[in-house]
Amino acid sequence: MKKIVNTVAVVDYGMGNLRSVAQAVLHAAADSGVNVIITAEPAQVRAASRVVLPGQGAMPDCMRELRASGLLEPVLEAAASKPLFGVCVGMQMLLDHSAEGPAGVGTPGLGVIGGEVVRFDLAGRTQADGSRYKVPQMGWNQVFATQPRHALWSGVPDGSWFYFVHSFYARPSDARHTAGEADYGGRFTAAVARDNIFATQFHPEKSAAQGLALYRNFLHWNP
Amino acid sequence: MLAKRIIPCLDVTGGRVVKGVNFVELRDAGDPVEIAARYNDQGADELTFLDITATSDDRDLILPIIEAVASQVFIPLTVGGGVRTVEDVRRLLNAGADKTSFNSAAIANPQVIRDASARYGSQCIVVAIDAKRRFGADLLDRGEGWDVYSHGGRKNTGLDAVAWARQMAEFGAGEILLTSMDRDGTKAGFDLELTRAVSDAVDVPVIASGGVGTLDDLADGIQQGHADAVLAASIFHYGEYTVAQAKARMAERGITVRI
Repeated sequence: MKKIVNTVAVVDYGMGNLRSVAQAVLHAAADSGVNVIITAEPAQVRAASRVVLPGQGAMPDCMRELRASGLLEPVLEAAASKPLFGVCVGMQMLLDHSAEGPAGVGTPGLGVIGGEVVRFDLAGRTQADGSRYKVPQMGWNQVFATQPRHALWSGVPDGSWFYFVHSFYARPSDARHTAGEADYGGRFTAAVARDNIFATQFHPEKSAAQGLALYRNFLHWNP
Repeated sequence: MLAKRIIPCLDVTGGRVVKGVNFVELRDAGDPVEIAARYNDQGADELTFLDITATSDDRDLILPIIEAVASQVFIPLTVGGGVRTVEDVRRLLNAGADKTSFNSAAIANPQVIRDASARYGSQCIVVAIDAKRRFGADLLDRGEGWDVYSHGGRKNTGLDAVAWARQMAEFGAGEILLTSMDRDGTKAGFDLELTRAVSDAVDVPVIASGGVGTLDDLADGIQQGHADAVLAASIFHYGEYTVAQAKARMAERGITVRI
């Protein structure tokens, strides 16, 4: 009997700290029989049974590099056909459009999840403890699952802390595509999901045990 | 709500984590992965590795340490000390660092902050500022305030610390690591006036450093200094306090922390 190999491809399109995502996925996959590859090869992304799309830095640069690397098409195919996990700008790129980029123009995204990516507008506002809101939001914030609770939150208690570093956040046009929320000057979407797609604004790879739990759930997720 | 962060700082030289008393009598402090894992277990929000190697020849020895820690400990890692170029940033990020901290190199060539943040994003570019209260002729000439020192605190640049922090944030620094040279090593607490002046002047997060002797000093840095994070070395290294105790004290003082 032919064994079906569960392979997860971490997409390497030359942006940001891909290594830490790969390290955490590898760690989460240890002893699970899941094969983790880090690849810049479109064919390998197509052949993988699931895909992780990291992203760090500015959205215009990430979109440009994704296109230039020839990986945009295989990522779109993955979004239409198999479990896909987007991280940070890898999440933001899934939306229709981001305000990040040339003033008044922004940057078009992949349009896989309807909605916009907008900037935190918190200038001059203070938090409950009297301290000023800073942008980027940098640090640990609590994430609460929206209802119905997504399968990837399994074993992750509501209000768990995750590590965020970002100035922009997603605003899905369909509220059902928000899978988790956090509060920074008001509730904002910390995770999006639709069908076979799950993506987080925070960095599971930098969020200690709860982050690894999320990746572990993804490796065995069958949407 | 966003938690205020506690960041233990580890000194690295010759490829090992060391601890010393006032920069002398450096002793091997143990395996970097074990130390990092211990702080992680205690609830540290990030770790900062400071390369205190005096010569550039040995500088690359920090890379295997970062690689080893990054493969086992999944919280943000910052590396500072001897970071000079965009290429240094690339190598450290590739080794598994999440942020890199510039100090003297940013003073010698501020453009490097623009270049590095444009290439890798502000989120991974920290500017460390060593500040000292003006005294003597400088105080008489320019009034009260703090000057920025470079080269490990040996050289007064004549730059005003608050203005410099503002400029670095404009240039793309995603975070300011602010050390009071007057307080560093004294255990008398942060220079709260300095911390507040810088923190209120910039829109990016500020990490307070230098002078922590008690757990209440950490809380003061947040509440009175308006810092977004607090960094400490000796109180954690010598086992006086654990990170968990520090967080418990901060929580008692009404500060949001990740526990």
